[in-house]
Amino acid sequence: MPCRRGARSADRHILTIKMRNCIVLPHHPPGALVEEPNTDVIQGTLDLLILKTLSLEPMHGYGIGRRVEQISRGVFRINAGSLLTALQRLERAGWLDAEWRQTENARRARYYRLTRAGRKQLEVESADWKRRASAVARLLNAEG
Amino acid sequence: MSLWRQMTRGLRVLVHRRAADQDLADEVTDFLNQLAAEHVARGLSPADAQRAARLELGSSTMVREQVRSSGWENAVGTLVADLRFAARRLRSNPGFTIVSVLTLALGLGAVTAIFSAVNPILFEPLPYPDAGRILMVSDFGTDGAPVDVTFGTYRELAARSRSFSTMAAVDAWQPALTGTAEPERLTGQRVTATYFRVLGVPPALGRDFDAADDQPHGPRVAIVSDGLAQRRFGGTRAVLGRQVTLDGDPYTVVGVMPRGFENVLTPSAEVWAPRQYGANTSFDGPEWGHHMRLVGRLAPDITADQATRELQAIAHTPVAEFPRPPWANLDHGVIVHALQADVTAGVRPALVASLIAVLLVLAIACVNVTNLLLARGAQRRGEFAMRAALGAGRRRLISQLLTESLLLAALGGALGLAVADLGVRALVALSPPGLPRVNAIRLDAAVFLFALGITAFVGLVVGFVPALSASRSDLHAGLQQGSQRTAGGHRLTRNVLVVAEVALALVLLVSAGLLLRSLERLFAVAPGLDPSHVVTMQVEAASHLHDGDSTRFRFFAQTLDAVERVPGVTAAAFTSQLPLSGDFDKYGVQLASAPSDDPNADYGAFRYMVTPAYFAVMRIPLRRGRLLTDFDRAGTVEAVLINESFARRAFPGQDPIGQRVRVGPEAGRTDRPWDVIVGVVGDVKQASLAIGDENDFYVASGQWAWVDNVQSLVVRTQGSATALIPAIKQAIWSVDRSSPIVRVASMDALVAATAGQRRFALTLFEAFALAALALAAIGIYGVLAGGVTERMREIGVRAALGASRGAILTLIVRQGMTLAVIGVLIGLGGAVLSTRSLATLLFGISRLDPITYLGVIVLLLGVAAVACWIPARRAAAVDPIITLRAE
Repeated sequence: MPCRRGARSADRHILTIKMRNCIVLPHHPPGALVEEPNTDVIQGTLDLLILKTLSLEPMHGYGIGRRVEQISRGVFRINAGSLLTALQRLERAGWLDAEWRQTENARRARYYRLTRAGRKQLEVESADWKRRASAVARLLNAEG
Repeated sequence: MSLWRQMTRGLRVLVHRRAADQDLADEVTDFLNQLAAEHVARGLSPADAQRAARLELGSSTMVREQVRSSGWENAVGTLVADLRFAARRLRSNPGFTIVSVLTLALGLGAVTAIFSAVNPILFEPLPYPDAGRILMVSDFGTDGAPVDVTFGTYRELAARSRSFSTMAAVDAWQPALTGTAEPERLTGQRVTATYFRVLGVPPALGRDFDAADDQPHGPRVAIVSDGLAQRRFGGTRAVLGRQVTLDGDPYTVVGVMPRGFENVLTPSAEVWAPRQYGANTSFDGPEWGHHMRLVGRLAPDITADQATRELQAIAHTPVAEFPRPPWANLDHGVIVHALQADVTAGVRPALVASLIAVLLVLAIACVNVTNLLLARGAQRRGEFAMRAALGAGRRRLISQLLTESLLLAALGGALGLAVADLGVRALVALSPPGLPRVNAIRLDAAVFLFALGITAFVGLVVGFVPALSASRSDLHAGLQQGSQRTAGGHRLTRNVLVVAEVALALVLLVSAGLLLRSLERLFAVAPGLDPSHVVTMQVEAASHLHDGDSTRFRFFAQTLDAVERVPGVTAAAFTSQLPLSGDFDKYGVQLASAPSDDPNADYGAFRYMVTPAYFAVMRIPLRRGRLLTDFDRAGTVEAVLINESFARRAFPGQDPIGQRVRVGPEAGRTDRPWDVIVGVVGDVKQASLAIGDENDFYVASGQWAWVDNVQSLVVRTQGSATALIPAIKQAIWSVDRSSPIVRVASMDALVAATAGQRRFALTLFEAFALAALALAAIGIYGVLAGGVTERMREIGVRAALGASRGAILTLIVRQGMTLAVIGVLIGLGGAVLSTRSLATLLFGISRLDPITYLGVIVLLLGVAAVACWIPARRAAAVDPIITLRAE
């Protein structure tokens, strides 16, 4: 029997389970960026986008997603789960620092900031990306 | 990649789970609020904005799940949850848990114990630095087998060979330690000064021998072991520099070996002294007897092959500087082995066979536990179907089931360590005297690692099949499964496993049976003497080591008189070599009738220098001629007795009486008079009951070239042999107080001890076979009992439709016996193949002996029948009304 949380109207169509007492684990997470199917490439690109966005100014998670969407003109839309997962990964790798700030309504928001190691990683990754992109472009133009 | 952050963040989630969850929830909530705020900015009402935001985000729980599952702590958390669940399940099924854990403990403990014995012998290198570079060099004996070298050979090879950085020669030595409390006979070695350098282990205290110590008539110095220093001299510091009396002479202790030093060439050696042999060109001294073992350490960058080739080349090119006698001319070259191979060669087949056998037992144990898990898995189909429906992937289910089986294996392994400890103690206590490296048999780090590895392996293997089949089950059918009493799945798998069990058990039982019969055959062999009521002990003329032969002769004659006067003694005699005692004393015999003068065509024969009463004491029958008498003494013609086999071999079809021979050091010397054969006696087994037809010759103790310093006293008594031991010892000490008396045993005990290695192997195999039989019986019972439970309903229907109790009984029993018979047939094939590895341990019996096979088959089928009958009775007692209503 699945356990039920206190019901809220919007929850009725979703099987909501409390983690502690039932043993259920998620399926594969849905693709982060809507367009590309290959997860490995997605993860690498996602890291680059996040690092680049944060190189301009510190931001909270939602803001990062929105900024990427705006600047890429809707090509890249990151869903919440993948974004937060990537932010956790980058923070644990030492490329971001995170701190809690108070918003209005006495709520907390987590703000991420690029570290010096992160800046170096950004350079490495963008150089790598540029190199790969130009190689692909050369290959695509090869028959011409 | 910041390792520190990975660790700390993960740990924080594990330790402060609530705070971490709250953080995550806050972050997601913030996300949601930002989304909603955007919608509000686009003009929706706050409520609508919230709803739209939630739709766009998806399930916030799923989001949190996704983030949480990407950390390493999630795997740990999952593992912990799985373990807790598994532990709960095991606790709630105590019967299953106890049976499985005990079965696994038995199998794992046995394997670990055997591994601890096998590891130092088969796998680990000898306990010396670079042990693989130590080689042993032997000469060729008359039958092509390796034989000890002479000191002269060692001198030549050591001087001429360039392939070895050091070489050393080792001689056996059993000095009498006198002057302190009780005279004691020590085991030791006489070595060249380079010995410890070859091994690579210098003394821990004091100094090693040097070249100055090893000259003829050099200083009397000795190195002692740590054990001896502690035991007799009050500690290692106290003994250094002290004078000890060995064989009547004072020796100065110059060094003490480290604690834990293993002298693999003679494991019980406690004292070493320099050999102090020199060059001897007259070929008549002990320097030219084949009684030394030669070891050498390879020079750097030289391989064993290169060294062997160089030694063979040296052997085939004699030089004037190193003259060789005919019996040590190295015509056939030398035999070179790695020391490790040499030391362990004898026991290797027995150990490998034991290792295979114990792995079979472990396999049977695993099969049993797998069957139990499969049976439980059949009952848990509903649970697995529910989990799969709730979203658990197949890999998740498998990993959970493997965690359960690993936990089971871990419990079994922990208990198995206790079993292994007992097993190791038993192994050391029961080990035959010749087992090399007994001191290294213990539970050490390597054994623990092995136990860990094999426990993990067993856990995975045992859980694998049940996990696969459970995760593959049909969801729909599983959820719908109402009664536990319909026929479950996996029948074929379980039946196959039971058949495998029975086959393995048969192989083990056949091995044990063959060994048992071998031992019976061995002890049915007549030793050639009558061992009952005979007691023996070794007497040493310690204080007369340097006196002349006549003094020693007088000592032994007086001792014999004193012993004969002890009440209860029928007859007593001395002999230089005791049958079936491990003595090995062979000399050449030259026949006058032999055509060629080449001493290599001589016969090698065991030498017995005896007093005349010897044959009466041992009841060795006389076949022709006469026995030795008191008139055969110094000054008269030397009389020699030979045994039947020697007579047949040397004088086929002729009468050996009156033939002339030269024995021992006189063989081949034309200036010495001929001895005369005066009688032929029956064969006597010397090395072991399994080896027969050796050549023996007997001479009177006054007529041999010397009087042995150590002789074995044999006494025939009227009543119990062992009861007279104290009185006999007193009689010996009444002649010389300081004479050490060792190897006191009744002849019966010596004969029984000769089959030490075979008996040891038999004990092991019997234990394994019994364990296998019990496990196989439990396995059959388990499968059938489970089958009966599952088929209760069907049996009830059959009974209701009119099947008699007998019919139901037959049904169940026939099922079980079919499995057993198939297992037996497969096992027969396996036994025929695998008994090849036992070939060296068998005696007097073919490995296809039909009686053994028949007996084992009957035993196994009988036990299987009993195992089938119990659940069959339960099935036959089923009351259909109760069964059918219980649904």
